[in-house]
Amino acid sequence: MRAEAKISPETSNAAAIKEKPRTGADLLIDLLVEQNVDTVFGYPGGAVLPIYDAMYRKKGAFRHVLTRHEQGAIFAAEGYARVTGKTGVVIATSGPGATNLITGITDAMMDSIPLVIFTGQVANTVIGTDAFQESDVLGITTPITKYNYQVDDVRDLPRIVKEAFHIASTGRPGPVVIDIPKNISEALPEGPFNSEFDLPGYQPTTKPNPMQIRKLIDALEKAKKPLVIVGAGVLFADATDELRQFIERSELPVVHTLLGKGAFPGSHPLSLGMGGMHGTYTANMAMYECDFMLNIGARFDDRLTGNLKHFAPNAKVAHIDIDPAEIGKNVKTEIPVVADAKEALKALLKKDIKPLNHREWLDHLNENKKKYPLWYERTNEGISPQWLVEKIHEHTNGGAIVTTDVGQHQMWAAQFYTLDKPHNWVSSGGLGAMGFGFPAAIGAQLGRPDDLVVSINGDGGFQMNMQELMLLKQWNLPVKVIILNNAALGMVRQWQEEFYEERYSESVFEMNPDFVKLAESFGIRGVKVDKEEDVDNVLKDILSYDGPVVADFRIIPNEKVYPMVAPGKGINEMLGVEK
Amino acid sequence: MKRIITLTVQNRPGVLNRVTGMLQRRRFNIESISVGTTETPGISKMTLVVEVADDQKLEQLTKQLNKQIDVIKVSDITGKAIVARELALIKVASTPQLHNEIQGLITPFRADILDVSRDSLTIQVTGKPDKIEALIALLRPYGIKEISKTGITALLRGQQPQSSQVADISQFSM
Repeated sequence: MRAEAKISPETSNAAAIKEKPRTGADLLIDLLVEQNVDTVFGYPGGAVLPIYDAMYRKKGAFRHVLTRHEQGAIFAAEGYARVTGKTGVVIATSGPGATNLITGITDAMMDSIPLVIFTGQVANTVIGTDAFQESDVLGITTPITKYNYQVDDVRDLPRIVKEAFHIASTGRPGPVVIDIPKNISEALPEGPFNSEFDLPGYQPTTKPNPMQIRKLIDALEKAKKPLVIVGAGVLFADATDELRQFIERSELPVVHTLLGKGAFPGSHPLSLGMGGMHGTYTANMAMYECDFMLNIGARFDDRLTGNLKHFAPNAKVAHIDIDPAEIGKNVKTEIPVVADAKEALKALLKKDIKPLNHREWLDHLNENKKKYPLWYERTNEGISPQWLVEKIHEHTNGGAIVTTDVGQHQMWAAQFYTLDKPHNWVSSGGLGAMGFGFPAAIGAQLGRPDDLVVSINGDGGFQMNMQELMLLKQWNLPVKVIILNNAALGMVRQWQEEFYEERYSESVFEMNPDFVKLAESFGIRGVKVDKEEDVDNVLKDILSYDGPVVADFRIIPNEKVYPMVAPGKGINEMLGVEK
Repeated sequence: MKRIITLTVQNRPGVLNRVTGMLQRRRFNIESISVGTTETPGISKMTLVVEVADDQKLEQLTKQLNKQIDVIKVSDITGKAIVARELALIKVASTPQLHNEIQGLITPFRADILDVSRDSLTIQVTGKPDKIEALIALLRPYGIKEISKTGITALLRGQQPQSSQVADISQFSM
């Protein structure tokens, strides 16, 4: 049975089960259906028993994906949200259920992922008494959510759910938590219900100010060395077509951020690749040398900018962002444009722009691209991870949804899996949360059942959430789990080698599980590959196999990610630019 | 630089915590904060006095405050013509013999004695912060036992001067 089969109405047993009285929990299920929720990731427990009971009685309303850890549930919901553009929905119980979600909520906050998270709470009457499985979810999640609620009156539930989905998915997206005390979900609600929005303080600006658009064009027309930085804001706004038109019309060179991967075709001649700590030399030097920088939907994260003193020192900066607080936060910005990326690009496309005088600049960048491409060396110590990523790219025609964990493999995937399509890149950027990549792939596959999902992991991060393997079997999700196995926390070890005089403190795994047997114990196919000559055949085999696979690739143990901007250094001071 | 910022907020649970938590998390220095309801049910007003390093930090501060879902309006009223007041309760060590002397001292400040005990007086004073500081300085030699201040609350004056005059009023003159 394929994943999508489970939501079909035939499996509904609602009619067969005697309807119990309508409770707050029943109301909640109806409200989720009203929001077109088709998938919920969650884990039951005491304080959410009424909600799970209502779900049982209304089976078929949506599919519930029972993960093996709440962290798996929320990372899966993020993967689902990233590739579908829909809001991810999570349910967990009070206390430990809720606290297990914290890393995922923070990740969604940092990377602007729309999630609505329901947590159970002890009954109103005992809140504040340190009751069993009580935790101050509102207090804990206030700094890591776009907004949060605790339901005090069941009659507010319709308003709160509507507001939560609205807040999570509009403006700059983000996570919203709704904490529901058990007595609220057990209550037998009587009207009148409050279902009207009441958000006078929340009105995101989506349309750009025409004066600012004019200023932006004037500055662009004067530029000799223009550069465009694109971030995930372009993807959230679904503005990739408009971006491409705008870029091609004025022949503007483009640098993308880690999370902006896919916003602009990676193989396009005007793409300079990724910028930042492990970005390309060409991209970083372009950010250093440009005289006009247009940032569209990126937040000038420190991993992109390096030392701010050396970031775009001679550039006039324009920044299009839906979140005004991101403009001018890190980088001084002469031309702020508060707007949705699509609206701003549409406004730019409506205006004539004089042909730019930047041929010399483009030639210079192309020369850099030729002279200083990304590089790696193959040795006989193991499979070259960069070469392997290129092979995966080749065998998937660059068309897979790629999810990554955090660390060296993430950077190699970002560098060598060139993406031309949007919404196919799922990675934990801002928070850098290990354990993200594999459960995110589960959510991605559930959200896009017809697409190929390749989850690229390190052996460290994979072990943080490998319990979720059971879901691949249970839901028959044909995710290809790739482990770039160097029996180490490779990025930690790389930093210890470069900045801590090779003191490899706790970064090398003395033991690892047998990943093949591990996969098999979950009823999943496992393969181990330790020679480069086997890679082509194995990839061909597992990519054509209709089912999940865990593939353990033994890579060169000491391989490092280059080039690199060392911490505290400017983007113009890269290490490892050439062999 | 010191700034007075007023917020109009939706009176939802935790709104004070949201505002102060954000300020703390982003390393803004709050000197005082006062909160109260307004003429509109469900809407409260906060007055913050904050110390910010430069204009860029100030811009971040107002943007981050505006970003809060419960915050309806943010106004930096530092440079505007405003009325701003703070209330302080000062418990000062005093014997009955000193009572008249202290009374004479505080009269020009239009302060009142609210409570008298055998060894202390509690004085209420309202005004601009510098006035309150001046009174505290005068009372210090008698021995201050306790001070409680409300923090500043402020409103724009009914009529704002032309922009050329604003500069003269600014810098916390109130």
